[in-house]
Formats: sequence, C-alpha cells, structure tokens
Amino acid sequence: MIYLDHPATSWPKPPEVIRAIVEFLEVNGGNPGRSGHSLSVAAGRIVYETREAIARFFNAPDPLRVILTHNATHALNIALQGILKPGDVVVTTSIEHNSVMRPLRTLEKRGVDLRIVPCDATGTIDTESYCCALNLKPRLVVITHASNVVGRIMPIDRLAGLAHEVGALVLVDAAQTCGVVPIDVQTMGIDLLAFTGHKGLQGPPGTGGLVIGRGVASEDIEPFICGGTGSNSAVEEQPLMLPDKLEGGTLNGPGIAGLGAAVKWIEERGLETVKAHHDELISQLVSGLADTPGVTIYGPQPGESRVPLVSFTIEGKTVSDVGLRLDRDFGILCRVGLHCAPAAHRTLGTFSEGTIRFGVGPMTTRNEVEQALSAVARIARE
Amino acid sequence: MSDYGVVLFHTTSEAFAAEKALRKAELECRLIPTPRHLSSDCGVAAEVNWDHIDTVRNILETAGIDAEGIYKL
Repeated sequence: MIYLDHPATSWPKPPEVIRAIVEFLEVNGGNPGRSGHSLSVAAGRIVYETREAIARFFNAPDPLRVILTHNATHALNIALQGILKPGDVVVTTSIEHNSVMRPLRTLEKRGVDLRIVPCDATGTIDTESYCCALNLKPRLVVITHASNVVGRIMPIDRLAGLAHEVGALVLVDAAQTCGVVPIDVQTMGIDLLAFTGHKGLQGPPGTGGLVIGRGVASEDIEPFICGGTGSNSAVEEQPLMLPDKLEGGTLNGPGIAGLGAAVKWIEERGLETVKAHHDELISQLVSGLADTPGVTIYGPQPGESRVPLVSFTIEGKTVSDVGLRLDRDFGILCRVGLHCAPAAHRTLGTFSEGTIRFGVGPMTTRNEVEQALSAVARIARE
Repeated sequence: MSDYGVVLFHTTSEAFAAEKALRKAELECRLIPTPRHLSSDCGVAAEVNWDHIDTVRNILETAGIDAEGIYKL
C-alpha cells in the first residue's frame, strides 16, 4: 500500500507517538490537574510538557498561551467566534478551507463584514486587493499558511506586517504547514496560530491548538465553550486566565500525550531534515506529473516552493474514477474531489469537479513516488 | 523537622509550570490537592519547604508565575 493522503492525515504514526498514547491510558490515566492525586498530577504534567513542547516548536511567548483543542477547526473557531463582533470587518483570501470559510459565513449572517481577497489561478494573493481591504480597518485578518488544495506557501510575514500597520490582528491557519515548514510566531508577526496535531506534526487525530501571542489579551477572546477547568471551582462564571478560559471540559489526555511525543519526534529528527525529505519527494512527484501527457498541475509549477502536496487532473478522466482505480488496482491512497475547500477550487477553476491530490510524508520513499507516477501515466494512457 | 508552605495558583497549568521551575532550581516541591481550608479554587497546589520560601517566591516571580497565595502550614 502506498499512502499519499498525508494532507488529510499523516500515516503511519511514529511508534513513539503510539507508545505515549498507550502509556497515558495504561499508566497515567488521571484527569489532568483536576484532582490533585498522583495520577491526576502525572497526567497534568504530561499535558503541561506538551504545552511547553508546542511553545518551543512555534516560539510562542509562553506555554500558558498554548490552548489545546480537538483540531485546527476548533482552534480557528475559538479565535474567529471569540474575537469578531457584529460590525467588525474581517479579511480573508479566496483559497481558504471550510474550517475558515464556514465560521466566517456564519459570522457574516450575524453582522460581521466579510471581505474575501482574490488569489489568482496559481494561488497567489492579489496584494493590491489585500491592501484595499486593509483600508477598511479590519479587526482581524485570517489567512491560510498554505492551502490544502494549492499547496503554495503564503508570504505570512509580509501580509502580517501590512495588517499590523492598520491595527488588525493576524490569525494564521497552519493546518498544512505545522511540522512541515518552520513557523516562528514572533518573527513572522502571527498573533494567533491555529494548528492541528494529526497532519505534519505526526500526532493523533483529536489534537491541535491555538497559540496566542502577546498582542492578544485574554479579554479579547470570548469563549464559546464554557465549563469545568479544575480552577476557580467555587465560581459559576468562566475563569479569565489562560489557558483555562478557553479550555472548558476535560482535555484529550491520551491524544495530548501523543502530540507531545510527536513534536519531540520531529525535534529529534530536525524540522529541516524532515522538510528536505519532503522537498526532494514532492519535487520528484511534481516534475514527474508535469512530464506525464494528459496531466494538468494546479498551483505552483515545478521548481516553485510548496508544501508537500500537489493537485492535478487527468484529461478525460473523472477524479473519483481515478481515485478508485488508484486504490483498487495500484494500492495508492489519496484524496480526490473538493477537499473541503470549494473557495480554493473556484479560484483554481476546478470547481465543481475538483482535483486528485497527492501528498507525501516523512515515511514516503522515492520508490513509492516512482510507482505512483507510473500508475498515473498508465491511467492517463488508457 | 522543617515547616511546610503551600503555594496556591490561579490555574493548574501554573502549578505544573511552578513545579518545573522549582525542581530545576533543585528545590523540594510536591503537587498536592489544594487544602480545603486555604481555598476552593485551583485543584492542585504546591507543597514547598518553608525554610526556602523566599527563594521559592523569587523563582516564581522570575518564571512569571503569579501565585494566588502562599501559606505556612
């Protein structure tokens, strides 16, 4: 089996990640920091160590400003629904995932003024339109670090700098870049970073988080989930301190243990080493596809920088048929269709058919990429 | 026998941050259920040696941890 669906979720997970999850359940299974007994303290310690690992990995100012969530969507919703109020202007791009678009469309119905900056068919943002939108003095700018369909890496530091000039906060959706591209929230000017644990970071599903920079006060974010935190137990109102304010309810202890192990796994290998491996394989994949008659590649072309994914179509073939054949006849697993990102596909001109998407991960080999290219060539010839 | 002190926190995360900072400085620190007569707030508190309480205060301050209260047991 050749697994090329890493942009959906990475697989297989490093053994260290699986061991950490099992160990949490078998050995340290208390409710993290709730009860004060030895198992609760042991579990709480593991959660805190994951906060520290995340803070270190993204250069966050403080582990207590790492909010642990179920996924990137949850983190994006905490930020979007927590900050934006009726009358506020919010700026985003035309290649966002539904994890951004759906909360924004919901907020638009409640009176938030949504401005969508167009990107061209290669996924490049129109800077002039972006600056025009910024003239409206948005409260928040929300941008994907790299689209899950296009794969182009957005110039976050430049876009954040422009947003800060008009006093906007910058929220970045790092679902496709965390664990893949170096992210330093402080030097890149990211006020809020939403990340997922189960893609590039190699952690388990059900994990992710929101890193909150110093430029955002706890009072700026109204929680949409309230509940028990193990703190301020005598009070029926949600506590105001971070991370508790935004973490109502029992945390996903086993998942967080796995996430901590995953971050350490990447740190031990070195993000640069992981990235070099991805870059080599994706470049082999993109060049091979570009040389295959009948194949059209979307987004960055061979030689351009990208995250390790590529969207393409095969002339005269329906993407779902191609996906089924790749799985059934070649054992190649990928994702075809709209990838939960209709806006991005409209931008590329691939709506409503969608594309075939291949993505590589740390365990993918050159030989597997070679086999995938032969399979695509064979399907294209038929 | 030396006396013990208890440090209370606003959030459990701060209790774990404090434990880490104090242990790094090789100071005794044990996380315990918050004694009910002191507070009903955060579920976890830190038990420390009262002889080193000034050092504890300094370390917490340096680490940016705002203790809710420090009590002698």
